[in-house]
Amino acid sequence: MNKPATPNSFRTGPDEQGMFGIFGGRFVAETLMPLILDLEKNWNEVKNDPDFRAELTDLSTHYAGRPSKLYFAEGLTKHLREVSSAKGLGGGAKVYFKREDLNHTGSHKINNCLGQILLAKRMGKKRIIAETGAGQHGVASATVAARFGFPCVVYMGATDVARQSPNVFRMKLLGAEVRPVTAGHGTLKDAMNEALRDWVTNVEDTYYLIGTAAGPHPYPELVRDFQSVIGTEARAQILEQEGRLPDTIIAAVGGGSNAIGLFHPFLDDKDVRIIGIEAGGRGLDGIEHCASMNAGSPGVLHGNRTYLLQNADGQIMDGHSISAGLDYPGVGPEHSWLRDSGRVEYVPVLDDEALEAFKLTTRVEGIIPALESAHAIAHAVKIVPAMDKDQIVIVNLSGRGDKDVHTVASMLGMEI
Amino acid sequence: MTTRIDRRMAKLKVEGRPALVTYFMGGDPDYDTSLSIMKALPKAGADVIEMGMPFSDPMADGPAIQAAGLRALKGGQTLVKTLKLASDFRAGDDETPIVLMGYYNPIYIYGVDRFLVDAKASGIDGLIVVDLPPEMDEELCIPALKAGINFIRLATPTTDDKRLPKVLQNTSGFVYYVSMTGITGAALADTGKVASAVKRIKGHTDLPVCVGFGVKTAEQARVIGANADGVVVGTAIVNAVANVLGPKGEKTADPAEAVATLVSGLAQGVRSARLAAAE
Repeated sequence: MNKPATPNSFRTGPDEQGMFGIFGGRFVAETLMPLILDLEKNWNEVKNDPDFRAELTDLSTHYAGRPSKLYFAEGLTKHLREVSSAKGLGGGAKVYFKREDLNHTGSHKINNCLGQILLAKRMGKKRIIAETGAGQHGVASATVAARFGFPCVVYMGATDVARQSPNVFRMKLLGAEVRPVTAGHGTLKDAMNEALRDWVTNVEDTYYLIGTAAGPHPYPELVRDFQSVIGTEARAQILEQEGRLPDTIIAAVGGGSNAIGLFHPFLDDKDVRIIGIEAGGRGLDGIEHCASMNAGSPGVLHGNRTYLLQNADGQIMDGHSISAGLDYPGVGPEHSWLRDSGRVEYVPVLDDEALEAFKLTTRVEGIIPALESAHAIAHAVKIVPAMDKDQIVIVNLSGRGDKDVHTVASMLGMEI
Repeated sequence: MTTRIDRRMAKLKVEGRPALVTYFMGGDPDYDTSLSIMKALPKAGADVIEMGMPFSDPMADGPAIQAAGLRALKGGQTLVKTLKLASDFRAGDDETPIVLMGYYNPIYIYGVDRFLVDAKASGIDGLIVVDLPPEMDEELCIPALKAGINFIRLATPTTDDKRLPKVLQNTSGFVYYVSMTGITGAALADTGKVASAVKRIKGHTDLPVCVGFGVKTAEQARVIGANADGVVVGTAIVNAVANVLGPKGEKTADPAEAVATLVSGLAQGVRSARLAAAE
C-alpha cells in the first residue's frame, strides 16, 4: 500500500465524508443512514457549543472526578532502573501513569458516555443501547443511563458475560438489561452486530451509545473528541510537573478509544514517540490474537473501513485476547490511518506479558490495573530499561483491574 | 444498456402481474444442493433470483439468514464459488435475472474491478449490497453501472421524501423497498402503510418497485403484490431449507423440493395479485 504523504497536521481528520485517508466512512444499511446524518448534524451543533461544553465539564468534574491524576509511578520506575542496571545499561526512564482507573466507574469509558448521553438527551431519544466487551463500557453506559433516567439495554457476548461477571452484576444493579449474545465466539464483535440489529429495528427512539472510536462516521470523531480530555490533561500536567513534553506515550488499543484519547493532543508534537499496543494473545503466528494492524488487512466492518482480522474471502475472524476489552478483530479507523501514515507505532503484547505486568504493577505500585491497561504497561516494561534516566514515559492506565481478578486467578491456577 | 432484469420486468408489466423475487443463500447447505435449489426456483415460478453471498457478520439479517450464511461458510462457500454457482446455473438458463445480495467486505477483498469482470462473465445482472448507502457510491455502485451491472438500492421507511432522490439517483434494475425498519425475517408490516410507501416511491421514479422483508405466505405475496411491481421472499425460503436439515446438518428431505413447493405457492399468490386487486 502507498504511504500517504505526511500531512501538515495529524489532527485535522476526518474529512467531510468521515474519512481518515482511505479509512472510516459510513458503510451502513440505508435504514440507519438518516439516523447517522441526524447524529452528525447534532454533533456539529454541540461540539463548539459553550453551554454543552459547560454541562459536560461540570459533570466530568463533579460526577466523574476529572481531571484524573498524572501519577509518577515511582515504584515501577525504581524497579525498571534496577532491571536496567542488572543489564549493565544504567538507565531507566521515569514512568508516569495517567490515572483513568480513578474515574467514576473505574475506567476512561465514562468520558465518552457522559458526552454521548448529553447528546442523546438533546436529540430527544428515549432509550439507550450499547455493546460491551470487558463490561467497562456497559457499566459506564448503564451508569449514565441511570443518572439521566434512560432505559438501557447492553449487548454482551456470552463468553464475556462469563469472564466478566462482576461487571454484569454492576450493570444489572444500575438497572440495565444485559442481553448475552451467543453468535460467533460470543465476544465484542458479535455484541456489536446485535446492537446494530437492535438499532436498525428501533430507529424511532433509540440512541446507540458506541463505546469505542469506531463505527460509522461521526462516531470515531465524536468518541475521540470526548476521550481527548485524557491527552489534553496529560499534556498540561506533564508540562506542569516536569516542565516538558514526554519522550514516549503508550496506550492499549482494542477499538482504541483510550489510546486515541491520549494520542490525539500529542499527534503534532513530533518529538513525542507514540506507541499503541495491540493484543498479541498467544502469538501472531496463528489466529489467537487481536493484532489487526500487525497481522490484518484493510476491510469493511461495523460501518467503517479499517484494519481487520479476516481470511482471504473477506470473512471476519474471531480473535483471542486474555483481555475482553481488546478482544475485537478490528480497530478504530483513525488508528489505521495513523499506522499507515507512520505517525504512531503499533506493536503487539502477548497474554503472558500482560499478565506479568498486571502482577508487577500490583506489587510495586499497589495498583491493580485492568488487563487492557496491563498490555500498555507490559510494553513500558520492555522499553523503559533501555531509555535514559532523564527521559519520560506516560502510560495510559485506562482502567482498574477489579473486574479481572477472576480471569487472573484462573490463569494462575487459583480459586477465589 | 438493458439487463436481464430490465427485460424481465418489462415482460411482466405487459403480463400485468408483479414479479416474484426469490432469495436463497448461495452455498447453503453445500454447493451442489444450493445449485439444485437455484435451478428449481424458476421452474417453480420465480421471476428473479436473488443469491445471498454469505458473510460472517450479517448486521442487517435476522437469525434465519444468519444461520444460513454460517451453514454455507461451514460448507466451504466463498465468493469465488458463489460466482461459479451463477455460471453453472447460466449454462441451463440464460433468461432468469440473477441478483447477488450481501455485504461489501467480501467484494472489497476480492477486488472491485476483478469482481465486476468475473460477475459479468458469470451472468450476474444486479447487486444489492446492504452496507453501501449512496454516500459510498464511488466504492462499487458507479463502477458496477459502468460495467453494465444494475445496482439495486434499498429504500426504507426512514428514507423520507428529501432523501429519496439521493437514494434513487444511481439505482437501476428495480428499487427494493424494505417494508419495515429492522432485520430480515421479522413480522410483516402493515400492508396499508406498505402500499402508500410504494406509491410515494413511484412518485419519484419510473423504476419498478419490489417489496420485501416479512413476506412469508402466498396470501401475503398476493396482498403486497397488488400494489407493487414485485414481491421479495427470502427468510421463508431459507427456512424451507433449514427445516429439512437435521441437527447435524444431514438432509431429512430434498431441500430443492421443499423450496419448490413453497415457491409454487408464492407464485400462485403473485399471479392472482392484480386479479384480486381488480375485483
